[in-house]
Amino acid sequence: MTGSGYLISILIMAAVTILLRAIPFLLFGGKRRPPALITHLSSLLPYAVMMMLVVYCLRNLSFTSAAGFVPELICTVLVVLLHLWKHNVILSIVSGTVVYMLLVQMVFV
Amino acid sequence: MTKQSSETTKDKGLIMRAFMKSLPVMAGYLVLGIGFGMLAYSRGLGIWPPLLMSVIIYAGSLQYVAIDLLTGGTGFLATALTAAAVNARHLLYGLSMLDKYKNAGRKKPYLIFSLTDETYSLLVGNAPDKRNCRPAFYFWVSLFNQLYWVSGSLLGVLAGHFLPINTKGIEFSLTALFIAVAVDQWTSAEKHWPAIAGGICSILCRLIFGPDSFLIPSMITIVILLSAPDVTRRLRSRKAGSAADSHRKGGSSS
Repeated sequence: MTGSGYLISILIMAAVTILLRAIPFLLFGGKRRPPALITHLSSLLPYAVMMMLVVYCLRNLSFTSAAGFVPELICTVLVVLLHLWKHNVILSIVSGTVVYMLLVQMVFV
Repeated sequence: MTKQSSETTKDKGLIMRAFMKSLPVMAGYLVLGIGFGMLAYSRGLGIWPPLLMSVIIYAGSLQYVAIDLLTGGTGFLATALTAAAVNARHLLYGLSMLDKYKNAGRKKPYLIFSLTDETYSLLVGNAPDKRNCRPAFYFWVSLFNQLYWVSGSLLGVLAGHFLPINTKGIEFSLTALFIAVAVDQWTSAEKHWPAIAGGICSILCRLIFGPDSFLIPSMITIVILLSAPDVTRRLRSRKAGSAADSHRKGGSSS
């Protein structure tokens, strides 16, 4: 992709993102209140969407070889346990990432 | 000019309080920003595209995904759809901030633009300090957060340029962030079925639609599943009403 291709793609993503962030204010900025179904959804969706994003990050797992899923499995379990134990986001991210980098660079090459 | 300078002197304590409030996000954004900058640079995106993204897109998860989209030569429509799927949750953040941002005036466009996951998590609760329940405070917290993000991205690009580090695997920082947030949500949630439904829908859609096009189907099935209890409850109450109606009618005709 060329430089102008990059630029157009980035502008498109910026436009989509700001539109998503602005839509609630454009629709319900005045006195109009969001309908009940929307408020119901907005209280439950964050839980489901976060799981979707985790699955999205792990979308390229493959079970044909150990290298295709063992590093992810180990580090996912590590982050979950570490986070349940310490509740420290930075500690969880840095430990998980460093262990993952070591595993994919040195063990499961 | 005089008005502006008097505003700044008056706001000194406010900026400091906003800075303190933003500190928890600082480390996270620096780490994730550095990871993003290094990964983008090592994939050959150069210097300005990652920095431009951090300034005008300002959405961590999408920017990580964007590295794949840009280097993979993804079409513009697919790029837009993927951006919408990855960032659809931002629709919800605005809904909870409608009242807080209502009287923000000139600051409102930036407040809306900069409403990221982390900024939302800092500002959505009610501050015990009433002086902090002001658009100016929200504005400075949002601005500090974006400064961390842009600085992190810049540091990452520079590190990628000057330090010959093997960045393979650094993309797991985003995975780890989402896992940590999911664990926090799980431990604080009253009901776990939305998270379970989200996980199962996404895994099934991933298996059916493949790794590159399962986000939109996942979003759709998740929205349908999560709306189901509310919709069926309302249908049932309506049906109960109409059943009582027809019963009454039936009763009168027989």
